[in-house]
This record gives sequence, C-alpha cells and structure tokens, in this order.
Amino acid sequence: MPDWFTPADWFTPDEWRAVALSLRVSVWATLLSLPLGIYTAHLLARRDFWGKHILNGLVHLPLILPPVVTGYLLLLAFGRKGFIGQYLDQWFGLVLAFKWTGAVLAAAVMAFPLMVRAIRLAFEAVDPKLEQAAGTLGASPLWIFLTVTLPLILPGIIAGAVLAFAKAMGEFGATITFVSNIPGQTQTLPSAIYTFLQVPGGDSQAFRLVLISIAVAMLALILSEFLSRAVARRIKGT
Amino acid sequence: MSLSVALSHQFPGFTLEVNFTAPPGLTALFGKSGSGKTSVINAVAGLLHPDQGRITADNTTLLDTRAAINLPPHRRRLGYVFQDARLFPHLTVRQNLAYGRWFAGKTRNLKNGGPNFDDIIDLLGLNALLNRRPTALSGGEKSRVAIGRALLSNPALLLMDEPFAALDETRKAELLPYIEALRDQTQIPILYVSHALAEVARLATTIVVLDQGRTLRAGPATDLLADPDLAPSLGIRDAGAVLTATITAQNPDGLTQLHTHGGPIWLPKIAAAPGTKLRIRIAAQDVILSRQRPEGLSALNILQATITEIRLSDNGALIQLGLGPEHLLARITRRSAEALALSPGQTVFAIVKSVAAAQTDVGTR
Repeated sequence: MPDWFTPADWFTPDEWRAVALSLRVSVWATLLSLPLGIYTAHLLARRDFWGKHILNGLVHLPLILPPVVTGYLLLLAFGRKGFIGQYLDQWFGLVLAFKWTGAVLAAAVMAFPLMVRAIRLAFEAVDPKLEQAAGTLGASPLWIFLTVTLPLILPGIIAGAVLAFAKAMGEFGATITFVSNIPGQTQTLPSAIYTFLQVPGGDSQAFRLVLISIAVAMLALILSEFLSRAVARRIKGT
Repeated sequence: MSLSVALSHQFPGFTLEVNFTAPPGLTALFGKSGSGKTSVINAVAGLLHPDQGRITADNTTLLDTRAAINLPPHRRRLGYVFQDARLFPHLTVRQNLAYGRWFAGKTRNLKNGGPNFDDIIDLLGLNALLNRRPTALSGGEKSRVAIGRALLSNPALLLMDEPFAALDETRKAELLPYIEALRDQTQIPILYVSHALAEVARLATTIVVLDQGRTLRAGPATDLLADPDLAPSLGIRDAGAVLTATITAQNPDGLTQLHTHGGPIWLPKIAAAPGTKLRIRIAAQDVILSRQRPEGLSALNILQATITEIRLSDNGALIQLGLGPEHLLARITRRSAEALALSPGQTVFAIVKSVAAAQTDVGTR
C-alpha cells in the first residue's frame, strides 16, 4: 500500500474487511484458474476428442445454472462431508466450506466460462500456419506454444483474466450458498451489501459499498482495455 | 546430399503418387496448379503424413511408413520458405531471423557454428530491415526475410514453395539472383516448387514434372527442357532449351560476345568479366531455321546445328537441334518443316530472335 493510501481514512473497518476479502478472493480465483482456463480453451479450440461437447457444456454450465444451484453442488462436492471435500480434509487438511478459500473456489467456478470463452477466441484467431512454420524451424510443440502461440494469444488471456476478475468481484449467489456470509471470513463485497440491506437503516452503508463496487469495476475495465491495447500493439507491431 | 522421395496418398478425389530423387543443386517441382507440388513438399517437411511412403535425405530417414518412422517437422533439419512468408508478427525481423538459429543451436548439431548471421544478412540485403516488424515490410522484403530465417536454421535441405508467387515481375527479377547465389554458394540442396517455366528454366539443375499427382518425368534440367516430347506438358508456348555460354569479349559497340557450342552470339551488354559462364534460355518459338547460312539478315545470332529429332503435331513441328553436347528447341509450322524437307542428321542454321540470360555465374554444375 502506498503511503497516501490508508484504508482507515477511506473505509470503516467492516467495509474494508469486505473490500479486501473480495479483492483477495478475486485475485486468487483468477490466478489459480488461469492455467486450467488456458488448457481448457486450447482443448476446445484446437483438439478433437470424444466428449468435447460434454466438456464444453460442463464449462459453460455455471453461466446458465442459477448460482444458488452451483453453490449447492459445490457444497455437496466440497463440503466437509462432500465426496471430494472429505478427502481434501483427510489428506491435505484443506477445508473449503465456510472458509475464504471456498469463496475462491466458488468465484473461480463461476468466472471460468467467461475466461475460457475469451481465451478460446484468441486461440482460434492464431493462424496454425505460423505454428507449422515454427515447427519447420526446429521448435518442438512445447516451444511452439511458448514462443508463438502464447505471445499471440496474450491479449485474449488478459481479457479473459480481467473478465474473470470482474465476475469474481461480483459473485454472490454461489458464494453465499457454499461459504455463507461470515464477516471477515467469507463476507465479500456483494454479501456485505446484502447484509446491510437486510438491516433497518443500513441503506447508507450499503450505498457506500455500491459506490466502491462501481469504482473497482470501472478501474478493472479501464485497466484491461489499456493492457489489451498495449499488448495488441506490441504483437501487431504497429 | 541428395533427397529421395517415394510416396502415395489418397486425398478425396485426388491421388498423389510420386517418386523421384533430388541430387545436389536446385530441384524444381514443376506442374500446373493442383498437380500436387505443395503436397509433396509438405510431405517432405512433415506437415502432411502420406498414407504410404519413404523419404530419405542422405542417411537420414525422414519418413518410412513401413518401418513406422515419421520424424516430426522440428527434427527434420530443413528450412521451409512458405509461399506466404509466415513471419512471426510479434517479433522483429532480427528476432524472426534469430528464431530458427536459436533452435538450430539447441537441437541441431551446428558444425562451425552454422551459417554466419552477417553473411546471410548481406546475401539477402536485410541490414536496413532488422529492427522493423513484419507488418511494415513489402512483399519482396518479407520473402527475403523468410528465406534468411530458413537459412539461419542451418537446414540440411531447403524447401521453397513458390516463394515469389505474390510478387510482381520487378521484385521477382530482384530476388532471383539471391536464389541463384544460394544454389551456387551454399551446399544446401533446394527443392523448389513452381508453375512458372521461365523461373524453372533459369534456376533448376534438376526438374521433376508433376501431372495430376504423378511424376511425369524427372531428370537434369537441360535434358528435360530440350526434350520435344515433354514440351506439350511444360506448355508449348513457353517451351525452350537452356544453353551454357561463356563471355569472350565486351565489344566497343555495347554488345557482349559469348561463345556457345553452336558459334558466337552477341547480347546487349552483360556486366561480367570474360570467362564468366552464363545460362541462356532460348524459347522454341524465337528460333527460325534455315537450310543455308543466311546472308543479308539483320539478325546477329545465328547458330549452326544438327537436327537430332523432329516431332510433328497437327499444325506445328518441334525440332530438336544438337549443338555439340547441348540441345536447342525450335518450334516452326508443319508446313515449313515439310517445305524445307527437314530430316534428322541435316545441318541447319538457327536464327535466334531473342535470348534470356541469367546474369550470374550459373549453370556451372
């Protein structure tokens, strides 16, 4: 944090807890799902395999399902007694339900379709002929990916990451279902707004958080626009 | 080094069945559009996996479907100059050039450090372009960078798929000498795809003629270009033989005198020293035949030759003439052939109306 920025001057402790948690959850959700997002986008854009339509459907499901359903399914799978959650607990001591880490998972799952779509479009825009050319110049498939494909899809990756981040910041339904609404633990910005709105006279506090939400969203969008333009310029060489 | 290719592949509605050997030098894969040229070169590069086939470069087996050997493209040690250049848009010209070189250093055994970066830059005139991006290059510049990039990957074999197809004649004329220099100054065999006979006649040491996916003929360029039986497949209008000529003198009236096996010829000034060998191409339709040595004619270039073969068609005649060990083709009307009562073994005089000369030290292999 720079010197001039002291959260205490700007936010009440409760507000800041919600904002900081939302930022932390969204950053982790974006970063952790990025490698899998790139891999999935690659599979969908470039590979033909049995069950491709099923994978495509699964990836997009959270976009269409009511978020509360996704949250409930996460609870069934990753809850302390869930069929995945119990092993995570036994083997790694990792508990997701009702923890901020669970909020990361919920945000990542909800944001995943948006991320994959953006990156997939970028993959489809890369001319495979350039990758062939790299092969004839002695580059193995892994090197082709790292030196040709990856730099060319970078604007798409940034766009996908920013979309995912923005979606994660706004995620509410799945998060509140899976990890509830515990101040300082799992109470993200949208959950905090919801809480204030449930309390008589909480409107003004809710409104402050609404303004913060708008500011964060605008900042993210402007930053992403700037980044993807800069990268596109560098790649096109104009 | 020589390359041997035997492959067959079934495309929907098209069968590729090709078999040839490319000795050192430049081997042109010649044929009409859709004759399978690019498929052959892609199979050599490993970008097309044929149903059956065997491709070997000296002792290296690139592909053998029976032995289940199929080297991936990056292990084949070849340079491929694509028709559309395919430069990496996110890299500068210098980075594009360095790309293949970097992998050559990693995976390909570089003897003596491989081709010298500065030599290739000089050879292709790339110095002023190094810091530019591919989007800022003209078509001809892109082609040159693509050739340089392929060369710097230290290939054992160079594949070129109509590298100049997108260029106008002026650009092409600028670039052809670079290819000639490659052929004569590097030891890398070149497989060159083209459907332009003039280009092939100028560059090729060996020609493989493809027709509807099959090898029609394969052999030394001078033999195939002077073969009257092949002329219809090559395109009767473009048919013409290639001769070697040696510059003997620069005349004060601005003409350059050359020696050929059929006698001296004079061409508009060629800036090269006496003793330089040139490859000259004489189109069959630019040759007039005479039974006697013509007198009182403005034409300068009259070669004495012996008729070796005559092929009559419906209304035309293709006459193959022997000049020492070399051959010339003449295309005349059937009526003229009959009126002159031409027959093999006769001595005739070939009046040459126009000559195309490649102004580099070529055709010396």
